[in-house]
Amino acid sequence: MYQSQHTLRKVVCALGVSAILAGMPILGHAWEPQKPVEFVVMAGKGGGADKAVRLLQSIIASENMAPVPFTPVNKPGGSGAEALVHLNGKKGDNHTIMFTLNSFYTTPLRQPGLGVDITTFTPIARMAEDTFLLWVHSDRKDINDVADFVRAARNKGSKWIMAGTGKNSEDNLLTDFLNTAYDLNMKYVPYKGGGKVAKELAGKNADSTVNNPSEQLGFYEAGTTKALAAFTDDRLPLFPKAPTFKEMGYDMVYYMQRTVVGAPGMSDEAAAYYNDLFTKVFNSPKWQEYRTKKSLQGDLLTGDALMSYWKRERDVHEVMLKKMGAIK
Amino acid sequence: MFEILGLLGQGFLVVFEPQNLLLIVGGCTLGLFIGAMPGLGSVNGVAILLPLTFLVPPTGAIIFLAAIYYGAMYGGAISSIMLGIPGASTAVATTFDGRPLAKQGMADKALIGAAVASFVGGSISVVLFTFFAPPLAHVALVFGAPEEFALMMLAFATFVGLGGDDIFKTLFSICIGLVLSAVGFDIISGEPRLVLWDITGFLHGVNFLVLAIGIYGIGEMLWTVEEHALGGGKSMLSEATVSVARTLAALRELVKTWKATVMGSFLGYFVGILPAAGATPGSLMAYGIAKQISKEPEKFGEGAIEGVCAPEAANNAASTGSMLPMLTLGIPGSPTTAILLGGMVIWGLEPGPRLFVDHSEFVWGLIASLYAANLFTLLINIAFIPVFIKVLKTPFTILAPVIFILCLIGGYAPTQDMHDVWLMIVFGIVGYLMRKLDYPLAPAVLAIVLGPLAEPAMRQSLIISEGSFMIFFERVYAGPIMIAALILLFLPLFKKVYDRIRKPQPQAE
Repeated sequence: MYQSQHTLRKVVCALGVSAILAGMPILGHAWEPQKPVEFVVMAGKGGGADKAVRLLQSIIASENMAPVPFTPVNKPGGSGAEALVHLNGKKGDNHTIMFTLNSFYTTPLRQPGLGVDITTFTPIARMAEDTFLLWVHSDRKDINDVADFVRAARNKGSKWIMAGTGKNSEDNLLTDFLNTAYDLNMKYVPYKGGGKVAKELAGKNADSTVNNPSEQLGFYEAGTTKALAAFTDDRLPLFPKAPTFKEMGYDMVYYMQRTVVGAPGMSDEAAAYYNDLFTKVFNSPKWQEYRTKKSLQGDLLTGDALMSYWKRERDVHEVMLKKMGAIK
Repeated sequence: MFEILGLLGQGFLVVFEPQNLLLIVGGCTLGLFIGAMPGLGSVNGVAILLPLTFLVPPTGAIIFLAAIYYGAMYGGAISSIMLGIPGASTAVATTFDGRPLAKQGMADKALIGAAVASFVGGSISVVLFTFFAPPLAHVALVFGAPEEFALMMLAFATFVGLGGDDIFKTLFSICIGLVLSAVGFDIISGEPRLVLWDITGFLHGVNFLVLAIGIYGIGEMLWTVEEHALGGGKSMLSEATVSVARTLAALRELVKTWKATVMGSFLGYFVGILPAAGATPGSLMAYGIAKQISKEPEKFGEGAIEGVCAPEAANNAASTGSMLPMLTLGIPGSPTTAILLGGMVIWGLEPGPRLFVDHSEFVWGLIASLYAANLFTLLINIAFIPVFIKVLKTPFTILAPVIFILCLIGGYAPTQDMHDVWLMIVFGIVGYLMRKLDYPLAPAVLAIVLGPLAEPAMRQSLIISEGSFMIFFERVYAGPIMIAALILLFLPLFKKVYDRIRKPQPQAE
């Protein structure tokens, strides 16, 4: 039976319609993409996620890791809603993957109407976790640690401006954390994109931010801004002087995932292929260098481990959003 | 001063390496065509070609991409003038008068005007860039939400006179644009809004190019088809010719436009350096102001060469300007520089205040390459004008379907979503009907560009000020800009009242 099928396949191939069969797993051959892979970015062009995707794309291309190009497609609409709905509609597609953030959890929680269940998506690889720090302008000579910060912010009451990236975003969650933990009344002003937020602090249009290191790095290295504390488990190698909130006795640990996810119902062979591919990318010197430079944390997670991470994180975010009053 | 010249000299040494010179010429030519293809534009062109640049060192890569960006700014004018379809969002203002000129058989004049104005705009801005980068970077840095909103008000104010006489029709058009600009995602509340009929395509909002290509590209085509059907027949193809004598005459006439061009250059550069504004608002504002300062404002929209020169000078100046916040602050001044910023990350360069110190060869090589790109693009562009004019001689029955397909591609390319193509066709039909009923369309286009910039800026300011509008007047930069905007806004009204008092209307009965 197998023999006859094999012969048949040979004939068909000879007829030059192999493309029809190419999508099927052939015994003994690993699955490989047959056409350019659509690499959806859950954010606009030029943002942190977009830069990372273009770096991943360049690593795959320049190291010849895949037989086809990976094409970034930006779907920034609705805080990731557009991208999630797009990927959700690609059930069973082996050529669509997405680079995702924490709006992967929060957007479906806040908009159940989208009909997106993230547990149906195919876990591929968590490439990193981005970190958050508390930043102020370097000209604030009176602020050198969190205690100074709390004093200054409390004095200014609601006139203290915390700039962040959008309402109910990661920055907003952290601002709420700080307001509750230290009994502050900081005013949260949402801006479009972390780069803009960093600039508002450097230009003194905001009093503080909770930027990712990559967003503040330029200003930090020029001595314009300084980091007071980190929302991480351990101190970051790049900012050894910034203590963690955890060591100061506050349970404030928060990371942003930088993860590659596949369409729901992707074939096991395709999922295995992308797992392998992004493991290779993860271990490449270029990605490791980028991780060090941008102070990225988080180990590589793939497959089931990634799925259980998602489930855990989604529950954590559900509790946080409820506390904020963003969902019931 | 001498230090800067020395650094610039080193930059030129980098530029004159044969490989880099080749990259500039190649980039400019490629950019010219990318800009001329509707919907492709510099953003997509640079994004598509980004992976190619891993083959050369970072300095060569940025020089190549900057040359494409630069060439595309010129190229955008070509389809605006020739076909009435804005090649890129930055070239929309160029259609307002470029297209009428082409219809009158003066496409060559408009193209030369655009090329020369672009050259002037580019040159002025790159000189400003060379000598005043640090202080201007400081201005960009302290420019906060209230300043941004004041600037947007100024942009709206410059456009008051654009709609023609019927103020209510103008207001209606602005409102349509503002409503469309509100579709999608509200950054302040974090909620999707106006997602009409729950169609997911509306989640990413209404793309400005979809509206512009719809009403100018498709709308213009419908208009022309109608003229043809009614036997007018001379619209799409006009007796376009090109000759040395005509070129020289056109160049001589350009001397008259120096005021509009220089104004556009400075304005474009300044708007360009402000993060998030970019070349599109800059060119639209330049058009509005050129009309205000013109001795013959009634000619605008009917084929005034200043109406081509001012926005073209501005968009080239802005493209240089938007490199400033990218390099010094790590903030993109326009969507295209956002991609360039992504490229710098890939090349392992950290944009920000340290870049000028740590990678001076990269920065000055880029700046010097802008001088070279500016010159090359002018020469390439003028050399190609006869070819472009030939295209206009194509029979309408062939040209029309080609334009239609270009429009469809243009609508699809930015988001790669068929939803936008359908939307564009709807806008084309609606735009055609509005034009039949004498509604001005430019204000709607302006509103959809400026709306998404003005609205968050206003709301952020009001959150900061706890609801007080005084924040727009109290601040050092915002105050004067806001007052200028209000004066400009009410000037026509005062003028009317004044005229009425001076010479009372003759009694009707």
